[in-house]
Amino acid sequence: MNSAATRTGAQILWESLLEEGVRTVFGYPGGAILPAYDALLDYPIRHVLVRHEQGATHMADGFARATGEVGVAVATSGPGATNMVTGIATAMLDSSPILCVTGQVGSRLIGTDAFQETDVTGVTLPITKHNYLVTEVEDIAPALHEAMYVARSGRPGPVLVDITKDAQQASTDGRWDRADVDLPGYRPHPDPPAAELRRAARLVNEARRPVILAGHGILISGAMAAVRDLAERGQIPVAMTLLGIGSLPADHPLNMGMMGMHGESWVNRAIQEADLLLAFGMRFDDRVTGRLATYAPKARKVHIDIDPAEFNKNVRVDVALAGDLDAVLARLGPLVAARDRSPWLGRIAGFRGENAVRDIQHLPDSGRLYAAHVIHDIWRITEGRAIVTTDVGQHQMWEAQYYRHNAPRSLITSGGLGTMGFALPAGIGAKVARPDDEVWVIAGDGGFQMTMCELATIAQERLKLNIAIINNGYLGMVRQWQEFFYDRRYAGTPLLSPDFAALARAFGLGGEVVTRRDQVDDAVQRARADERTVVLEFQVEQEDTVYPMVPTGARLQDMIRRPKPEAAPVGAK
Amino acid sequence: MNDGSTGGASATIAARAYAVWVEDRPGVLNRVTSLFRRRGFNIESLSVGRARAPGVSRMTIVVLCDANTSRRLVEQLSRLVNVLRCDELTGTPSIRHELAMFKVSAAPEERTQVIQLATATGARIVDVALESVVVEATASPGRIDGLAEVLRPYGILEQVRTGLVSMARSAASVMTEPAPRQLPRRVTSAAEPDDGTGSV
Ligand SMILES: Cc1cc2nc3c(=O)[nH]c(=O)nc-3n(C[C@H](O)[C@H](O)[C@H](O)COP(=O)(O)OP(=O)(O)OC[C@H]3O[C@@H](n4cnc5c(N)ncnc54)[C@H](O)[C@@H]3O)c2cc1C
Ligand SMILES: Cc1ncc(C[n+]2csc(CCOP(=O)(O)OP(=O)(O)O)c2C)c(N)n1
Ligand SMILES: [Mg+2]
Repeated sequence: MNSAATRTGAQILWESLLEEGVRTVFGYPGGAILPAYDALLDYPIRHVLVRHEQGATHMADGFARATGEVGVAVATSGPGATNMVTGIATAMLDSSPILCVTGQVGSRLIGTDAFQETDVTGVTLPITKHNYLVTEVEDIAPALHEAMYVARSGRPGPVLVDITKDAQQASTDGRWDRADVDLPGYRPHPDPPAAELRRAARLVNEARRPVILAGHGILISGAMAAVRDLAERGQIPVAMTLLGIGSLPADHPLNMGMMGMHGESWVNRAIQEADLLLAFGMRFDDRVTGRLATYAPKARKVHIDIDPAEFNKNVRVDVALAGDLDAVLARLGPLVAARDRSPWLGRIAGFRGENAVRDIQHLPDSGRLYAAHVIHDIWRITEGRAIVTTDVGQHQMWEAQYYRHNAPRSLITSGGLGTMGFALPAGIGAKVARPDDEVWVIAGDGGFQMTMCELATIAQERLKLNIAIINNGYLGMVRQWQEFFYDRRYAGTPLLSPDFAALARAFGLGGEVVTRRDQVDDAVQRARADERTVVLEFQVEQEDTVYPMVPTGARLQDMIRRPKPEAAPVGAK
Repeated sequence: MNDGSTGGASATIAARAYAVWVEDRPGVLNRVTSLFRRRGFNIESLSVGRARAPGVSRMTIVVLCDANTSRRLVEQLSRLVNVLRCDELTGTPSIRHELAMFKVSAAPEERTQVIQLATATGARIVDVALESVVVEATASPGRIDGLAEVLRPYGILEQVRTGLVSMARSAASVMTEPAPRQLPRRVTSAAEPDDGTGSV
């Protein structure tokens, strides 16, 4: 846009974001960003006032993961910007496109240890996909357009634009050039050579025991249909990473469930027995592979990823196809022959065998509450249609196991960084992005307390979410590791919590405590029916454990299983 | 089929050289070195200067690593938005030179000897003082090591080496230098001063 009128940098900031389609930002003001805030009132952009800048970044992240669009967070210099660090690192590890706009002290003060001066581009350099320090008004628009492009293209990620206060205040006659973004060093969309595609297709067609590893890249690329077509034509079973959940409906007969540390045992066995792994937009995280030297020893590997730096990083692959997954599958798909692989599918059904009796059914039906029950019930009542954000810990794994997601972008969770405190602000971001969808925040008693100040944001913005706190009185996942690997010495993990229901009411929200299984249904229904956000505190078994589990560094097939109920009563205190 | 892990038989560690073209912008060197630090790549040497195209700098980086690490390094570097291009030079016939200066202790009676030694190896004398001379050489790192060896008995008071700079031989490949970006046209006007309200 070439506008003739004179604009301040602050105005250019908002106009550039509007041009990029931004309608909502999550932010918190302060001195160095004040000129931008002053100008904000004149633009049709919704500003969600957060209670902590970390919350703003997680909200932007939740917004981005719910929609695929760039989420925007705004903060002031110094402490405002450093509070964003955790959220930026979270988005970086999970390839989530967010834009952080921070105010910086006046350009003449840079380097003088001025009040609230922090070298924010320096601090965030290793945890952003790219960042910018803008000191001149004319550079604001180009930097923002570039930043939005970099954030969402290729392998998405967080981008930060730090704008000095004087650049926000200065004016230009407005004929700033909205040239197309020209980044000669940035090649976000590689395309694999045809010969490699043919090699990959040959491996698929020759394989008798193939498995698709479905990752987050499927959702990012929007390759859900292409993956389903390929799986169905080749009758290839599909295993999900934590972040890939939702890329193929949980109900699909070829969807085996989650792989890895807390994945299903039959999925891990299938991977260990496979003769071909098709890794689609996943990065072989160590929670996925277990011990590398013994990972899928019989399998050839085909890896499709948009980021060639992921190839051969953890796992050596036989064919690496660099490109956008949907585009690559559009070329690969026609080369893959229809096959009947019922012997292999039958074998996997055999692995399931007795394990198919899900862990939840080994729990004593004593009327006491287990987290798995709670999540299973929420799934049943919401018919698997909610957007669920989770925090980090045991409840996160139970959610992945017991909430069966059929829709893409319906599970939003911090996988790579495992950031406690993520669920509530991410849920807010998701609700703002998709107001017509039902959003459930599922958090532990520990993680919820890290960002619970954002209940005030919910109240102020009059948002309707549903919040389930799985209160087990412990930093449960850490307690579980202490149980297994530290002789049950529970150092620093027992946790005293406030009365969450009363707390919610103090914020003007609804709150309820649930202690027995037979109360879950009604409480969940009441929460959904309430026009306010309701916090449900589920007081669950304190010393329950997530099974199965591959201990770090163990072989994938060596999972710790839940002891049979008669042998060791679960949750006995 | 493979052992599932990185490394394996091809894991010979060697000094590998890379030519890296980057946009000449503030902080780019920091981005490059930060990446090496964060990913645990060990820089043997790094030199940087202007490339032919304006706005472009060219680095020569030497790293001790195996072939798989090398591949990852090139991918990681290429991922940086300001990196225009990154080539490994190890397999390419190329000229690899380093510039070194040695300040050698040389009392008047030894001076001629030092000067003769230096010039015989192709080095130059670029400064002569009463008790010392400065020897300068441009050669492969190995030959510079050799020069240092022969000078050492006289006493090296000070030395500086630039680290490797490298260029592929013309016959090997003509590297088309990457072009810098077209910066958006700016229309300047006088910036207003800070309103002086400071921060809250
Ligand atoms: C307590 C805890 C327990 C966990 N346990 C497990 C577990 O049991 N099982 C498990 O799976 N995970 C588990 N995780 C999560 C794990 O740490 C990783 O976050 C997760 O495995 C990463 O999944 P991913 O590789 O699919 O996604 P990401 O890490 O997001 O990687 C996505 C990949 O897709 C690529 N990509 C992006 N866009 C495209 C595109 N357009 N086309 C092609 N490729 C693209 C990216 O380059 C990247 O390589 C756990 C995490 C926590 C906190
Ligand atoms: C910010 C942060 N600090 C510490 C950890 C380490 N950690 C991982 S899981 C966990 C326990 C979480 O406890 P809680 O929120 O109660 O969930 P639970 O495991 O009990 O379901 C901790 C402390 C983390 N992931 N993030
Ligand atoms: Mg807990």
